[in-house]
Amino acid sequence: MAYPPTVFERAPVRRAGAEGNAVVFEDVAMSFESNPVLDGISFRLALGETKAIFGVAGAGKSTILKLTLGLLKPDQGQIYVLGQDVTQMEEEDLFELRRKIGIVFQESALFDSLTVRENVAFRLMEEGGTSEDEIEQRVRESLRFVELEHTLDMFPVELSGGMRRRVAIARAIITQPEVLLYDSPTGGLDPVTSTTIVELIVKQRDVYKTSSLLVSHRLQDAFTMATHYFDRRENRMKPLPPGSRTEVPMNFIVLRDGKVIFNGDAHELAQSKDEYIREYIS
Amino acid sequence: MELISPTELAKEKVVSVQHYTFLAWRSVANLFRTPRYWTDMIQQADLIGFGSLPIVLAACFFTGAALALNSATTLSRFGALSLIGQLVSLGIVRELGPVLSGLVVAGRNSSGMASELGSMIVTEQIDAMRALGTDPMKKLVTPRVASTVIMLFFLTILGDLLGLIGGNVVASLLLGLDSHQYWSNAWQTLVFEDVFMGLVKPLVFGFIIATIGCYYGLTTRGGTQGVGRSTTEAVVASMILIIVVDVFVTRLLMILLG
Ligand SMILES: Nc1ncnc2c1ncn2[C@@H]1O[C@H](COP(=O)(O)OP(=O)(O)O)[C@@H](O)[C@H]1O
Ligand SMILES: [Mg+2]
Repeated sequence: MAYPPTVFERAPVRRAGAEGNAVVFEDVAMSFESNPVLDGISFRLALGETKAIFGVAGAGKSTILKLTLGLLKPDQGQIYVLGQDVTQMEEEDLFELRRKIGIVFQESALFDSLTVRENVAFRLMEEGGTSEDEIEQRVRESLRFVELEHTLDMFPVELSGGMRRRVAIARAIITQPEVLLYDSPTGGLDPVTSTTIVELIVKQRDVYKTSSLLVSHRLQDAFTMATHYFDRRENRMKPLPPGSRTEVPMNFIVLRDGKVIFNGDAHELAQSKDEYIREYIS
Repeated sequence: MELISPTELAKEKVVSVQHYTFLAWRSVANLFRTPRYWTDMIQQADLIGFGSLPIVLAACFFTGAALALNSATTLSRFGALSLIGQLVSLGIVRELGPVLSGLVVAGRNSSGMASELGSMIVTEQIDAMRALGTDPMKKLVTPRVASTVIMLFFLTILGDLLGLIGGNVVASLLLGLDSHQYWSNAWQTLVFEDVFMGLVKPLVFGFIIATIGCYYGLTTRGGTQGVGRSTTEAVVASMILIIVVDVFVTRLLMILLG
């Protein structure tokens, strides 16, 4: 895979997971009270790759992210995250692994009794061993990344939906996790805020080379991600030079009736002959 | 309404009891494992202890007074009105102090815990906490259980004292008894068994209140309505359990202490 030169300034130093994959799903099935949601899902998320997951509401997208974190246990199948089989792990051991993974929940799930500062600092405070000064500095850095430094002392209820989403991103990235999971990060937001968030995700992908799973129901956003890269010198997202194709590590999965019906890049998705997918992307 | 077969229902109940037992066990086991959340514990202790203090004191004071009034009628029939100090003392220390304080704290804090944790469940904050690598059992449940047990213990001691004062007020103001005699009677009648029983009960009740509150909170399903349901169920369950367990603890301690 060729990256645009401006993106690929730093060699991706990544601890290799199961055969160079960040996340591997093998034939995973899951049902809630005899209501099958996932029915034999398999896919691989390579290190440094961003994979967008599509599907109608209730298709099981959020369930996939929760399974990845071991918040839920599948009825069947294996899930490897950074080389470890989360389906076989005890909750106690999962806490260690989860520290290497960041998640942005669909409804942000900020702690409403804590300030923005405390929310973002949560992980560092819990892990301990970081001085107060350094925590403060990293919280500010993380909030600056999402352009919300001025909200430090506010409570989540005082923020708009888009701001909460961005605080949730700041909270997820503060420790620079190896894997990021975004659950509909742009859902229900206005186009301007959506673009800000898309840009943040592209920045994570291209600057920090974080492997991510991105649940989305806005195809437009994912296509933007597939056709743009983050220019570190200008500190903004730019369209890929014309004529280039699949030059950013961005792929797509489409779910239908508990199965993966598409797995490929933006170009293949646009070319797909499948009627359901054609309808979906039109 | 959906009909559930009796076996399904029974199975559900058994699973609930299993989950509750697990939570109760973990809440204690976590005391011996790191990380320990001292700040959360102190915060909870403040919320539970000082928040409930005025109500516990008032409840015990007036119950002591009412107990004195009621006993007076019976005692004067036998011409033994001077024994009122002993009656109030035994009733309050062995039984009413612990149970009343327990019920007050159950009403206030069991519901508080259920609604707080329940809201955190339905807004995915508990999932978020687990996702951030923190065990909610350690950070949320154990501090609540530990501080409720400790605070209810001290609340009960203060409640007992106020109950005795309530009895004294009635005895001296309404019945014209000597205050000094009331206190020496009240004091001398208490033996080790009475005090021991009076101090073991709040430990058991505190444990019930916090574990039930947390259990109903953490098993909340179905949005805001679910939070309301958990809250009510937590109060009902913890109150009933306190009243029922009280009988068993009393009997058990009687046997153990001879
Ligand atoms: N905790 C749960 N209990 C019962 N059913 C659930 C639970 N979580 C999700 N579901 C069901 O699983 C299906 C998939 O949910 P979800 O993964 O949230 O879908 P998506 O994120 O794709 O919209 C839905 O039908 C939902 O009702
Ligand atoms: Mg969802």
